[in-house]
Amino acid sequence: MDYSQFGAMLPELIILGLFLIVFIFDTFSGDNSKRFLTPLTTVLFGLATIAIWLIPASNESIFGGMYIDTSACKAMKAILNIGVFIVFLQSAKWVESDEVAIRKGEFYELILVTLFGMYLMISARHFLLFIIGLESASLPLAALVAFNKKHYESHEAAIKYILTAVFSSAILLMGLSFVYAFSGGSLYFDDIRANILSGEGSGLLIAALAFVIAGIGFKLSLVPFHLWTADVYQGAPTAITSYLSVISKGAAAFAFFVIFVDAFGPMFERAWEWMMYAVIIATITVGNLFAIRQKNMKRFMAFSSISQAGYIMLGVMAGNVGLASMMFYIFIYIVSNLGAFAVISSIENNSGKVSMDDYDGLHKSNPWLAFAMTLAMFSLAGIPPFAGFFSKILMFTAVTSTNSMALYMLVLIALINTIISLYYYLLVVKAMWIAPGDAKIGSFKSACGEKLALWICVAGIVFAGLVPYIYDYCRAVVG
Amino acid sequence: MFGNILIWFVIVPVLMMLGLACCGNSNMKGIRAVMVCGSTVLLAMAIWLVVDFLGLRAAGDTAEMLYMGSWVWYAPLNIHLAVGVDGISVMMLLLSAIIVFAGTFASWKIEPLPMNFFLWFCLLSTGVFGFFISIDMFTMFMFYEVALIPMYLLIGVWGTGRKEYSAMKLTLMLMGGSAFLMLGLLGIYWHSAPEGGQLTWNILEISHNNAIDPSWQNLLFCFTFVGFGVLGAMFPFHTWSPDGHACAPTAVSMLHAGVLMKLGGYGCFRIAIFLCPQGANELAWIFIILTGISVVYGAFSACVQTDLKYINAYSSVSHCGMVLFAILMLNTTAMTGGILQMLSHGLMTALFFALIGMIYGRTHTRDIRQMGGLMKIMPYLGVCYMIAGFASLGLPGMSGFVAEMTIFFGAFENANLFHRCFVIAATCSIVITAVYILRVVGKLILGPVQDEHHLTLTDAKWWERLSTVTLIACLAGIGFFPNWINEIIRNSFAPIISAIQSAI
Repeated sequence: MDYSQFGAMLPELIILGLFLIVFIFDTFSGDNSKRFLTPLTTVLFGLATIAIWLIPASNESIFGGMYIDTSACKAMKAILNIGVFIVFLQSAKWVESDEVAIRKGEFYELILVTLFGMYLMISARHFLLFIIGLESASLPLAALVAFNKKHYESHEAAIKYILTAVFSSAILLMGLSFVYAFSGGSLYFDDIRANILSGEGSGLLIAALAFVIAGIGFKLSLVPFHLWTADVYQGAPTAITSYLSVISKGAAAFAFFVIFVDAFGPMFERAWEWMMYAVIIATITVGNLFAIRQKNMKRFMAFSSISQAGYIMLGVMAGNVGLASMMFYIFIYIVSNLGAFAVISSIENNSGKVSMDDYDGLHKSNPWLAFAMTLAMFSLAGIPPFAGFFSKILMFTAVTSTNSMALYMLVLIALINTIISLYYYLLVVKAMWIAPGDAKIGSFKSACGEKLALWICVAGIVFAGLVPYIYDYCRAVVG
Repeated sequence: MFGNILIWFVIVPVLMMLGLACCGNSNMKGIRAVMVCGSTVLLAMAIWLVVDFLGLRAAGDTAEMLYMGSWVWYAPLNIHLAVGVDGISVMMLLLSAIIVFAGTFASWKIEPLPMNFFLWFCLLSTGVFGFFISIDMFTMFMFYEVALIPMYLLIGVWGTGRKEYSAMKLTLMLMGGSAFLMLGLLGIYWHSAPEGGQLTWNILEISHNNAIDPSWQNLLFCFTFVGFGVLGAMFPFHTWSPDGHACAPTAVSMLHAGVLMKLGGYGCFRIAIFLCPQGANELAWIFIILTGISVVYGAFSACVQTDLKYINAYSSVSHCGMVLFAILMLNTTAMTGGILQMLSHGLMTALFFALIGMIYGRTHTRDIRQMGGLMKIMPYLGVCYMIAGFASLGLPGMSGFVAEMTIFFGAFENANLFHRCFVIAATCSIVITAVYILRVVGKLILGPVQDEHHLTLTDAKWWERLSTVTLIACLAGIGFFPNWINEIIRNSFAPIISAIQSAI
């Protein structure tokens, strides 16, 4: 075997190395030196992020074409890394709390393993490798969701998550076995594409497509496969909720794009274009309508993230430009959503409150948190001059590029939905700034890591759209 | 980039926001210093711009837009930060600067959280100025939305009455309008160049290319006109306006009715009609009906209101309907009147809302049934109110007369029965306006004193006088020297009129 080809997997190897360092340090360090674990992991991870951003893509295809390293894949990995870095920062205080401090090594190890799995999903060009990546990205997450051992909700959430994850994997595998039968014994994306182009057995393939959409739709919590989302988001520890809502969603969305455009691309008009219309419209609308009535902030963010997933999926309809817009959208979504979660987790850690009613009058006791939350909500709602506006508008611009009336109507529905979403995002703003009476949450100082995470997110929200470089970069890497 | 004066209209409010953020909520003197300096600089820049613009025109510079500048923003989509002004935008900038200046003094004693109030106030001004200087549809739309969203917090936090309901209604309706607008702009962008050409967001280039397919023009005209029309309070999308104005704090009402609603009219003029002239020719009749209804219905509604702010809000619906109505007549005279009406209504409504704010701050009621005889109690405010009223009902010598006469003359140039009927109906609104204005003046200003407690109230303070005098001087200025304004905006109609005529 030619071991030099592992050189193309440098991002994966970096994460794997980091995992080993954390694992060994966690296992062999004494109680005294354990307190260095969090800063060590965070700093090393920050360095890893910079390294992955800087190393050039090799554009090599290795293991007989199973794995590919393109600049788009690498950029996507770097974007996810930034998100994970912010999650590490905002959870730094939580992992030191009495209940979880003893297991904090596991927290970092499991997260790194899932991240490794997501890397494989992004780079896979063969369904076998994709499944391996998907499973190693999903199963450890169940353990993470159950991380609050003493909380009943955390257990319930973990069971729900593991059952749906397994179930969706089964559906996905069912679909893939159809694909396998159709493509004459090959699971390479290229072979499948070639087989579709030669035009055989489309009936079987349409069934397979439905299964694959359903399987990955569970991971992305697309409607109608979203039913697990709210309960899991609510029950999981807030750090894990934020991880689930952005990182795992971002990776799945990118993989979804690669699979559908690369492998099943030629079937676009014949089969999955209309499936995607239905799924996107349902996802955006249902997510929005259910979010209106939520009072628990984590459930609220769950439904908001369902509808955001619908906007991310719009990129699938627009080819390569769509991929660039999707990556840009995911990046902006990461900073906006994590900004909101940084506030939520900071408040939860300090006062234990997660209900929207408790946010009444927040600006009186914690003006800066209220201000940051307002920016995050505006960005999620797509209000300029904040970044969310640019990601939404550039996405819509990409989708309408073919001038097809159906796509214009899709964008119109998405635009009208932004108004609905504006309504419930403004409910949070209203609670914080307008609600009468005294603040229900006392004044407190956020921990250092939380502050840093919040500053990064606020900087991203304010500047990521006003400066064009990130979008230009996304356009450049997709070619 | 920083050598272009127009960019500074956006930079100065941003600097003001930074200055305010440094001040903090407790440093009232610092906040006032920042606001007064900033708004004076803006006003000075606007006046300089008008003078210099006239100078350039007199020197024979006949370009469509002056002070042009364009800087690449999102290169892959050909999005630029492109600026440029013609006479109309110059006047709009001047109007905005005057009202920001007056609004600063009108909210001299704002409570609570003064820093946050002025922060959002400056963000709103950034949006307004940015909108008027942009000639790139993308940046224009961005600034448009920047101007809308601060309204939610400004009304929600500092408003009165049913403020939460009104703030949410206003925000959602205006944003709903901008959803249609965005779709229209996307459509224009993807049709902006002939097959194979470089697509563009630049308004002038799109107009030169003239490449939008006629079948698409009708659709895009409707989308963009409705999108901007919502902000221009076009029937039946005007319902946000009375509630929003009634609940907003004084300076916000002034800026909103005075400037923000003009964004709607200006956008209809600059984008909907200019870029889709064929659509405008074919479908203007739909919107003439709707705006005609706005004009008459708004005036009638104002007659039956008892809350001072509701009266002026419905009066705004009527007057802003007149702006859109004039623009839809698609000829130079009526459009000139429409622009004059924008300026006149902007100043007059700002004056009205400033006065109402001052009266409310003293009497703590806006119900005309509970007040009366203010002329005896606070003669200065009473006189100002009467002046504003006369401007509103179109008394010669005030701005309203000039604007409305020009509109009706221009509108009558369309010689068919349909147009004539609607012009006559719209003309009737002048009489109705006189009814509700005189009713208020008679009752509120001249009638008997209703409440003895009011007798102890004091007249206007110096900052209130400064605010009102500025506005009244401008109102009379337009009324007495309309030619001067006409001189500035005269050349701006040629491109749009030729686009309309070549599309017939």
